[in-house]
Amino acid sequence: MATRSFNVWRGDSSGGDYVEYTTDITEGMVVLDAVHQIQAESANDLAVRWNCKAGKCGSCSAEVNGMPRLMCMTRMADLPEGQPVNIKPMKAFPVMRDLVTDVSWNYRVKEKIAPFAPREPDVDDGTWRFPQEDGDRVQEFRKCIECYLCQDVCHVLREHNKHDEFVGPRFLVYLAALEMQPLDTGDRLLEIKDDYGIGYCNITKCCTNVCPEGITITDNAIIPLKERVVDRYYDPVQKIWRALTGKS
Amino acid sequence: MTASTNSSDFQTFDYDVLIIGAGGAGLRAAIEAAGDLRVGLVCKSLLGKAHTVMAEGGVAASLANVDERDSWQTHFADTMRGGQYLSQPLMPEFHAKEAPKRVLELEQWGALFDRTKDGKILQRNFGGHKYPRLAHVGDRTGLEMIRTLQDHGIHQGIDVHMECTVTKLLTDDGRVVGAFGYERELGRFKVFNAKAVVLCTGGIGRAFKITSNSWEYTGDGHSLAYHAGAELMDMEFVQFHPTGMVWPPSVRGILVTEGVRGEGGILKNTDDKRFMFDDIPDLYVNQTADNPEEGWRYTQGDRDARRPPELLTRDHVARCIVREIREGRGSEHGGVYLDIAWIKEKMPNAEAHIKKKLPSMYHQFKELAGIDITKEPMEVGPTTHYAMGGVRVDPATQMSGVPGLFAAGECAAGLHGANRLGGNSLSDLLVFGKRAGEYAAKFAAENEDTKADPAQIEAAAAEALAPFERATANPYDIQFELQDLMQDKVGIVRVESEMEEAVTAVRDLKERASVVGVSGNRQYNPGWHTALDLDNLMTVSEAVAMAALERKESRGAHFRDDYPDKEEEYSKFNSVLYKGEDGQMELRREPVPALSEEQSAIIEENR
Repeated sequence: MATRSFNVWRGDSSGGDYVEYTTDITEGMVVLDAVHQIQAESANDLAVRWNCKAGKCGSCSAEVNGMPRLMCMTRMADLPEGQPVNIKPMKAFPVMRDLVTDVSWNYRVKEKIAPFAPREPDVDDGTWRFPQEDGDRVQEFRKCIECYLCQDVCHVLREHNKHDEFVGPRFLVYLAALEMQPLDTGDRLLEIKDDYGIGYCNITKCCTNVCPEGITITDNAIIPLKERVVDRYYDPVQKIWRALTGKS
Repeated sequence: MTASTNSSDFQTFDYDVLIIGAGGAGLRAAIEAAGDLRVGLVCKSLLGKAHTVMAEGGVAASLANVDERDSWQTHFADTMRGGQYLSQPLMPEFHAKEAPKRVLELEQWGALFDRTKDGKILQRNFGGHKYPRLAHVGDRTGLEMIRTLQDHGIHQGIDVHMECTVTKLLTDDGRVVGAFGYERELGRFKVFNAKAVVLCTGGIGRAFKITSNSWEYTGDGHSLAYHAGAELMDMEFVQFHPTGMVWPPSVRGILVTEGVRGEGGILKNTDDKRFMFDDIPDLYVNQTADNPEEGWRYTQGDRDARRPPELLTRDHVARCIVREIREGRGSEHGGVYLDIAWIKEKMPNAEAHIKKKLPSMYHQFKELAGIDITKEPMEVGPTTHYAMGGVRVDPATQMSGVPGLFAAGECAAGLHGANRLGGNSLSDLLVFGKRAGEYAAKFAAENEDTKADPAQIEAAAAEALAPFERATANPYDIQFELQDLMQDKVGIVRVESEMEEAVTAVRDLKERASVVGVSGNRQYNPGWHTALDLDNLMTVSEAVAMAALERKESRGAHFRDDYPDKEEEYSKFNSVLYKGEDGQMELRREPVPALSEEQSAIIEENR
């Protein structure tokens, strides 16, 4: 057992600062365990959001030593010894209190996106048939646990606060999952171009790097969507075709 | 912020139907009730984070996509057998009949299940299910389900109250008329006037120390209903999932899906012996493989093979594991070994296969325990997982004894009897979530508007704020003490004397819980939230201990060292708990409803 020290950001929307705590660390502990221990021992009112403690719900997102991480999946043993562990709330969203941020913007963004709209069933009994291979790439996107770490790390949101013009990597993944769903008949490309701001993404792949589910956000979701937008709206041959036929 | 109880602090909302809890059951109920009605949905956490997200293995429905011999009748018989014939028979019948429709509906709303070779929804084997029956998405089926319901639900005109906890139901003349709660962000109070209320609050796992459940599972719905005058049933039956992680200590209790065994994983003790072959219960002898080769063939889809003993019901597997550990044949850290890596003897590309079929298990062990499950065995042991007991409801409408108060999902009783089969929980949420939403909407349409009594609201507010006026016991200390107590004395192996101690100790802790204090203010204060959850935990703990004490036999998830066998006398009733005239918890025996002729015939055919 070893005692480790932590600098935990405490405060609310009006401001705050780091507070130092120490607690004992046993084998296998993750950062969230340490935060809970501090909460039970010396700071009963330390605000932290969590649920499953198994990397499945995406609630305990924070910045640990400057990196957007799930606290429940960050093992103490993997953090450098001999220096305090620094924990602060996600920067891309307004602070509610301590480590908890107001992520309601994400819920509002999702509501704006046109929902899944399936084609007519393939069989009279109301069911569909499609091969596993057609579902594979969408299943990758549907692993998303909505931890919003990709949103937090994205400089368009984090540094430039373009929340009104850009939906962020999470929702580009969501859009890709809809657009590539084998049964979906919706078409969201115009919105992806004009309203959801896909052009803001300059494929630095920061989002892919922080995704705790290992979703290849940039390569598998964002770039294919960019290609679809380019093919339809910026390809000169297509442009002439549209001018001549009036069809999109 | 001052601890004012001024009623101007309340935000008031008027609904036809209020749903408390936004996991699978709550979301499904809300979708069903929405449309012309005003529907409010309260979630204790953020939307989409409820415990359903943790479900791994799959959703049980007799689609018969993989084995055309499957039918609702077999699913019904399997569920009854799994529940040791203490289920309310109509519920397994509705469940088995309606689950396929509910699963197909999810596909219509965007769920993307794994596929069979001919492009249908794929189904996998699971404990206690005769045929491959679980529709699934790798080992993250719960995530797929809750996300599908969430993404569909947000377009149905449902009012969602996130991070909001209900602390009291409001009643008028014996009928429920609304609820009182607080939102976490600023600690403000919310008053909900509602013609019908549906409880979908999940389980009680936080009453135990080792659990796969998150902080939310404090028996809120059970306790809210009990205090509003509803009855609880089958509370002695707490499912200890046989395979939770045991090492390192901080991850103890985190679930390891039954899907590992469904894919061919085997259980071994420290002598490298596959101990599950040693004890196969009479009810299952005909359906269980008697050699490893047959068991393996079953997991690989051989229709003529019988299931390996690792896929016996959860209660039995958990007990066998406890036996191995108690008799000194456990693993290094007090569990047993669960080995999926061995399948490399049987198939090429075993490593890739395991990663494809069990991705989150691979991830979980790699990240949290530093174990590569494609190469070495996992250490596992029982973890508190699920409450079969809950609010006693009408099987068809899901209405409790309190008019206007409904319950569905884990917080309702009646489907699973003495033991739940894996995969039957996700289908339970869908089938009975839908029913509860439907009948709550009907109740609301047929009844007049209601208005809560201001005195009840003031009293609820005063009670919620009381911990700020005190600064005595630490709420976390009381919670930990209760968890230790329930784990040690009312856990997986029970005896009379220990449970008697537990009942007394819980009542004592209840006294102490009523004087806990909290520091800080009302703004997102987990200490305060923990203090307010304590009363619910005490209520359900007392109910579990009392019902367990009453049942002097071993059946399903309830195992007694002093009465290790099943007893005929106890096969005939369910234990019902209710608040007596003097405010004390009382218990009565309620006869198990008789089977219909058709039901009896189905059970006979499937013996």
